[in-house]
Amino acid sequence: MKTTLFKWLDSDVGHSFRSSPAALFAAAIALVCGLAALFAPWVAPHNPFDLATLDLNNARLPPAWYPEGQWTFLLGTDDQGRDILSALIYGARISLFVGLVSVLLSVLLGVTLGLLAGYLGGWVDALLMRLCDVMLSFPAILIALLIAGIGHTLFPNAHEALAFGVLIAAITLTGWVQYARTVRGSTLVERQKEYVQAARVIGVSSLAIMRRHVLPNVLGPVLVLATIQVATAIITEATLSFLGVGAPPTSPSLGTLIRIGNDYLFSGEWWITIFPGLVLVLIALSVNLLGDWLRDALNPRLR
Amino acid sequence: MLAFILRRLLQAVLVMVTVAFIAFMLFQFVGDPVSQILGQDATAEQVAEVRAALGLDRPVWVQFGHFLYNAVQGEFGMSLRQGTPVATLIAERFPATLELALVAAALALLVGIPLGVYTALRRGSALSQVFMTLSLLGVSLPTFLIGIVLILIFSVQLGWFPSFGRGEVVHLGGWTTGLLTLQGWHHLVLPAITLAIFQLTLIMRLVRAEMLEVLRTDYIKFARARGLSDRAVHFGHALKNTLVPVMTITGLQLGGLIAFAIITETVFQWPGMGLLFIQAVTFADIPVMAAYLCLIALIFVVINLIVDLLYFVVDPRLRVDHASGH
Amino acid sequence: MSLLQVQNLVVEFPSRHGTLRALDQLSFEIAPGEILGVVGESGAGKSLTGAAIIGLLEPPGRIASGQIWLEGERIDNLPPAQMRRVRGRRIGAIFQDPLTSLNPLYSIGRQLIETITTHLPLTHAQARQRAIELLQETGIPAAQERIDHYPHQFSGGMRQRVVIALALAAEPKLIVADEPTTALDVSIQAQIINLLKSVCKKHGAAVMLITHDMGVIAETCDRVAVMYAGRIAEIGPVRDVIHAAAHPYTQGLMSCIPDIEVERQHLHQIDGAMPRLNAIPSGCAFNPRCPQVLARCHHERPELMPAVTTEAACWLTANAGATPSFEAQP
Repeated sequence: MKTTLFKWLDSDVGHSFRSSPAALFAAAIALVCGLAALFAPWVAPHNPFDLATLDLNNARLPPAWYPEGQWTFLLGTDDQGRDILSALIYGARISLFVGLVSVLLSVLLGVTLGLLAGYLGGWVDALLMRLCDVMLSFPAILIALLIAGIGHTLFPNAHEALAFGVLIAAITLTGWVQYARTVRGSTLVERQKEYVQAARVIGVSSLAIMRRHVLPNVLGPVLVLATIQVATAIITEATLSFLGVGAPPTSPSLGTLIRIGNDYLFSGEWWITIFPGLVLVLIALSVNLLGDWLRDALNPRLR
Repeated sequence: MLAFILRRLLQAVLVMVTVAFIAFMLFQFVGDPVSQILGQDATAEQVAEVRAALGLDRPVWVQFGHFLYNAVQGEFGMSLRQGTPVATLIAERFPATLELALVAAALALLVGIPLGVYTALRRGSALSQVFMTLSLLGVSLPTFLIGIVLILIFSVQLGWFPSFGRGEVVHLGGWTTGLLTLQGWHHLVLPAITLAIFQLTLIMRLVRAEMLEVLRTDYIKFARARGLSDRAVHFGHALKNTLVPVMTITGLQLGGLIAFAIITETVFQWPGMGLLFIQAVTFADIPVMAAYLCLIALIFVVINLIVDLLYFVVDPRLRVDHASGH
Repeated sequence: MSLLQVQNLVVEFPSRHGTLRALDQLSFEIAPGEILGVVGESGAGKSLTGAAIIGLLEPPGRIASGQIWLEGERIDNLPPAQMRRVRGRRIGAIFQDPLTSLNPLYSIGRQLIETITTHLPLTHAQARQRAIELLQETGIPAAQERIDHYPHQFSGGMRQRVVIALALAAEPKLIVADEPTTALDVSIQAQIINLLKSVCKKHGAAVMLITHDMGVIAETCDRVAVMYAGRIAEIGPVRDVIHAAAHPYTQGLMSCIPDIEVERQHLHQIDGAMPRLNAIPSGCAFNPRCPQVLARCHHERPELMPAVTTEAACWLTANAGATPSFEAQP
């Protein structure tokens, strides 16, 4: 395990990683946020969901470096006395969770459909391509908004699992198209090649061919697309939550926190909205940086 | 070419019918119009009567037919929240959204394309690096956050620009415009910038990527080998070849402005269709949601058709048939 | 006086693994009006030589040392603006793929006229007239109408004729033709090669014909240079290089070509492969594969030395009693 890590670090990709300050910075940020989010209950100084610990006397405190601030509430508190820092960490956890799961599902859905379309051809392929074309003619955010909005209307008092399900579905259903197209394209190319025909002649099953020959070729581009899509997914989730059709209020994501804080902008309590915003941007930025670097590193033409 | 257009038209019609069907199903699943009219205690006879009057006892596909017939004429019933006809509401709000989208589009194009060209031609320069970093930021910033930050800095702290509404508008026939008053423009600035930034970033990156690709082609190499000046190579050849595919993709993206307007309108309380939709969602105002759905689908289908046709106009390879000369 | 003189040209590519030498001490000349073939396997450095001469080396590649002289003036160290004036006007270029060499969005007339007016002080109407004449010369039928057509409206062979017309538009004295027929059908190849030959002769232009196709070389060239691993292995009049090669590599190349009149059981091949740029052997680059290798070949690099009728970079020629113009090293 150790040697493969060293071997990777020494490869072209690894070297590009080590010599790119942007990639290193981004990876560091992503790692910190990821770990903090994962271990939220241990990392966060307070539990913002425990109603028993909330004291309205602590409401709307500014960050600790202000004269009225307190060091136990490092980044201030919101209108109910919840510690912003803790809410941030839990919120980041939810944002990351939704983002990663949606992308994972998108990749699974897209790659599977793409393989099927490319390999089976015929009307399956034609149908899928029509579907992709139609879906691509609408902006992703719009489709996600419509799905989430309709879901919100259909299930107005949904419990958490359903609300998250709709949210994740909304983002997944807008993201799979790019993978389907990429994989389908590669499958079509590979299918024509002689070694695939030879394999079929000797009786290797279609599934095995696709798994062993097509998949490794598409892994690179899919990885790049997926990384960039994580940032998009996180932002989409934040947008939906900000508009009120995303994460349920009992489990506020970063977008929800921004929404709550928006009401207090004019009365001067900027920290309630700005800190969640900052974290959101940091996460999105670092993921985008990683995705950009990955694309350049894996691009054979630039090597 | 004719076959292509016909095929796309057919596809467009199919999409519209599908979307209309989804809108129609919304009515079926949410809320019961009968109880909304009659209240909770109604006799079975009254219920049956109202159902017949509303046509709810007919088979589903007949109801759908009715719905389509009405929808095509723009008739979606009354808004549950405001009691006014949906068509009127939308007509009222449409100019606000359209103006916002157009101004933002102009901004995105006028700034995005030159920036894209510059960062492609002056690839290693310091300024290019700055722009590319900013562009990365632009893609990582959610639109609503941009709006909030702009409001915080320019409205709350500096007080230079208003943070909500459209300001004074001028009525021209059925259209209300904010473009003819200074106050109208004053209110437009922050929302337009908010809406434009994401698109601007995308356009800039797209133009840059495309131009870099073009600069690598054989015909550019050959043009250089013929001793053409840098200006001729970059702006005569490369730019044209860049803008052709970019223009068409950009057309699609600008359609996205209508979608992103939903977010911007929410942040700035801009009285457009997007805000109307969000309010309808939170209130479960189905007629408005259905109308918005259909209208948006129509807008996008039309945009896509126009963009497809643009390909023909702009690329001579598609225009002229291959019958001539070998 | 020679038209083009290349002296000790070295082209390097700095990379993460160290600096790679793609062209190593290349020296040759082209006389006015002459057709010099440059032949060799893929990766030998033929195209790079052409690119270095017209000043279009792609970064990070660069000319590390050496000189290139055109009609007595140095051109390898010219500032970009001046080099631009040389390109097209004094040296023209033709590339391999006629489909991608032409801008698909502009008519060929537009591209021709643009090239002409860039270099020659003609009005638009005069330039257009000249463009039509060029098209007629290169065998495009109905040139008056077709001048306004787009590249995709021409077949591959026709397109390459247009490319030749474009290269000659400003009357250059030297044309660098990089694999001009490789992308064409075999039936068209002969036509294009003959056209190139006749048109260049008519305009008094010399040609540096880069190709891996010995048949084309035999038909067209006056002299030929055989390249191997970034160096010239042998150079001389085309008949002599083909029939009386002095360098073992050239001999191997020639015997690889099957002769329809000779009966053979096996196709000849040279064992091994051309070395990669980061693994070029010391001494003579060909020594691991050479059937006549000597001890000194392993550590002393041979320069081009006169053989019987050609010049070869081979220690065998030094030993073989050719009249030395310099002292052979012991």
